[in-house]
Parts: sequence; C-alpha cells; structure tokens
Amino acid sequence: MEVLNNRGVEDYQTAGPKQSYFSPYSFNGGSILAVAGEDFAVIASDSRLSEGFSIHTRDQPKTYQLTQNTVVGACGFHGDVLTLIKVLKARIKMYLHEHNKDMSSTAVAAMLSTILYYRRFFPYYVYNIVAGIDDEGKGCVFSFDPVGSYEREPYRAGGSASSMLQPLMDNQVGFKNLPKQARVPLSKEEVVKKVRDGFISAAERDIYTGDEVVVNIITKDGVEVERFPLRKD
Amino acid sequence: MEASLQMEFWRNGPQPGALYNFPGSQIWNQNEPTKRTLYPSVTGTSVLGLKFNDGVVIAGDKLGSYGSMARFRDLSRVLKVNDQVVVGASGDYADYQFLSEIIEQRVIEEECLNDGFGYTPSSLFSWLTRVMYNRRSNINPLWNTYVVAGWENNAPFLGYVDKIGTAYQAPTISSGYGAYIAQPLLRDALEKKPNMNVKDAIETIDRCMKVLYYRDARSLNKYELAIVTKDGVEIRSPVTSQPNWEIAHLIKGYE
Repeated sequence: MEVLNNRGVEDYQTAGPKQSYFSPYSFNGGSILAVAGEDFAVIASDSRLSEGFSIHTRDQPKTYQLTQNTVVGACGFHGDVLTLIKVLKARIKMYLHEHNKDMSSTAVAAMLSTILYYRRFFPYYVYNIVAGIDDEGKGCVFSFDPVGSYEREPYRAGGSASSMLQPLMDNQVGFKNLPKQARVPLSKEEVVKKVRDGFISAAERDIYTGDEVVVNIITKDGVEVERFPLRKD
Repeated sequence: MEASLQMEFWRNGPQPGALYNFPGSQIWNQNEPTKRTLYPSVTGTSVLGLKFNDGVVIAGDKLGSYGSMARFRDLSRVLKVNDQVVVGASGDYADYQFLSEIIEQRVIEEECLNDGFGYTPSSLFSWLTRVMYNRRSNINPLWNTYVVAGWENNAPFLGYVDKIGTAYQAPTISSGYGAYIAQPLLRDALEKKPNMNVKDAIETIDRCMKVLYYRDARSLNKYELAIVTKDGVEIRSPVTSQPNWEIAHLIKGYE
C-alpha cells in the first residue's frame, strides 16, 4: 500500500481534458416552424436574437432561402448558424456550377444531414428544419437534430418555443384528437394564419421568441415573405 | 518504505519510464492541461454604436482595467481602418492589439495592390466573424467583442462580433456592460427620433457614455468617438463628459 501511495497509481495522470472557463457555445434563442401543404410549404421564424436576458437585435430572422424553392430555418447558437448557412450556400453553389441546375429540396436535406454529422464530436449547436417542394411538386418538410438525424414530416416546430408550438400544430395541422369531419387539408392562407397564431401565443410565454414573425410561403414559383409583428418585451 | 526507495534508479534521476530533467532546461509537463489565455487580463469595457441618417458613430472609453484596478487611463480602443471603416473593441487589450496589427498589415497589403479596392465595412465584418469563429473552434479565442462601423453603398453600416463568433448587424449596438445600461437608452432614443442627424447621434452617445460612467465601475469619463459619414472618418479623442455628483450625497447605505 505504501508503495502505491509513494508513487504509482495515484500520481499517474493521463492528458485529461483541457481546463477552461471558456465555453465555445451560447444559446441565442429563436423559434422556427414549418408546415408542408399539398403543393406548398410554409416555414416561419421569429426575428429576435437574444443571449441570457439581453436582446442582441430585434431583426434577425432565422430562415434562410437556399434555392428557388428551398428555405432552411436554423436556430440555436448563432455563430454556428452563420457558419452552417455559409457552408450550405457554398455547397449549393458548387452543385449548381457542376450540374447546371438548382439542388432539389430533398437533396439539400440529405446534404445537410451529412454536413451536421461531419461535426459529430464538436457539433453545430443548431436546430434545423428544411422546407421546400419535392421532386413530385408536393410540399415537404424535413426536421433535424443538431448531429444530423433527420426525417420527413408533415409539420415540425423547432427552437426555444418548439415545446409550445408543436402540440398546437399537432392539434390544428395534424388534426390530433379531432373528429373525422374536421380533418380537411388546409389551404395556404389557413396555414399562414395558424402559424402566425402559434407564434403570437409562443411570444406570450417564451422570452426568446418575439419582435416579429417572418413567414416564408414556398410554391413551385418561388418564395413569398410576409412579416407580422409580435410582442417586443 | 524500502520498496519505494528501490523504485528509484538513482537519486534525483529519472523515474522508470520517465525522462531525465536536465537542470536549467524548461520541461513542459505533459500531465498539465495546455495553458491558453482563457481569461482576459487588461480589459476595455463597453463600446457603443449608433446609426443615424447619414452616418454612424461609435464610442469607447480610454480606460484599460487590470481586474478591478484602473490601470491605464489613456488607451485607444477605436481603430481607423480606412476612410470608410472603423473598429471598436472591448475585452482583452492584448488580443485587440494583436488583431489590430494584423488588420493594419492587411490594409497596407491591400493598398500596395493599388487597384482601387479596399476593405468595406461588410468585408471586414465578414472576415472578423470568420477569425473569431475559427479561434473559438480551436478553443483559443480572442477575448474581444468588436463593433464594426462604416459607410457602404450610400448607407451606414454597424455590426457586432463576439469571441465565439456570434455576429449581427443592428441600428444600435453596445457590448459588455453597456448592453444592460446603454442599449435600452439607445433604442429608446432611436425610437423617439428615427431620423437623427450627426448632432443628435453624438448627443445620444455622450449621454449613454455619461450614464455608463456613473454606473459601470470599470469605466472612465474620457472616451474616444468615431464618426463615419460619406465624407470619411472623424475621430475625436479625448472627449471628456462632465459628471454631476450633486445628488451623490443622497445615496446612503453602501459605505
């Protein structure tokens, strides 16, 4: 026992993790919400960028148009968001120059998954939702986790108020717990109305959601943007 | 006890499997974590920025703090990059000096090309964002927040980048403690008067710097002001704001 205490197991140290007070991550808030329709998709985000109890800016929407008919919503750590969007735009431009056509929404989603997983052990702290029009002309929504797991879904909420937006959409868009006769596919205008109402409600409770909601309406003809005011406090 | 002595080959010599420590030579101990500057030492406090109708103004005080000690009282934290860009920095002063030397060298190299191109506010901002993000990704950050101000495409430019690569543009910006004290005042002033002229903007900034001098223990009432308009960059230094301590005696209970 004495031998061990003098020098040996207890003194033995391996190169451990680096000691630091520095955190390479931050949480800048923001919510995103996307709904796929029959021949359209709607993706919205709020425009508030926060950190702790401060608001950095009231005008930083978290939706980014990537192609004619693909928009990605990205929130979490804004530094990673900026980098990820820069990488995505660059890769989409490379694809355009190589194949002389825009990348399809489904291909953007598949590529985003690999880009995210490439940083599996130092992840992009970003919640992504891709919305667009698929190869058959139908509206599509793909949701991601920060390390690249993804699936196609009819609708999905992400970001700081996702836990408030998602159950509302389950009921209003997914028709969960509703009688059969209420299950009629929604029009573009109805979806925009429900998305907007969702954000208005989320802004009541979530301090990281507010200021403005930016709604992108994607059809085969391109993207239309509408903005509505939210609580600014 | 005897067993432990036997484990040494000889006195002061290397342990089995270890290297001999030659006297006088510096040995880097691999068992310790790599030490990097992961906290600031000499620091500058808030930088404020405000866009107005035909330009943008930024300000930062001249104090260099060493912890809570007011160590240097005449440091410049505002860098004129060229005739259309200025950068203000808060946080570690050494890191700011390091980066400002790089920026100055790059501006010289750009001028040597003599092609009429130079850094625009948005190009410098974009570059700074990448530098800060890459440094944080290597867990070796530059401990600063930078405020980039300038004039581009006949419009004012105002941007913010911090040590982890968070970046955005906004009509009003404040870093550090100013985010709590000055930012609400700036936003309020801009909402009440959306079309400010130079004079209004400077007055607003001066008021905020004064409030910061009252409230921020790491601040000084001597500051530097940079005004960027279509006519170029004007730096006013030092600007002294006159405090009024008349009501100070009414505040009790902190003795």
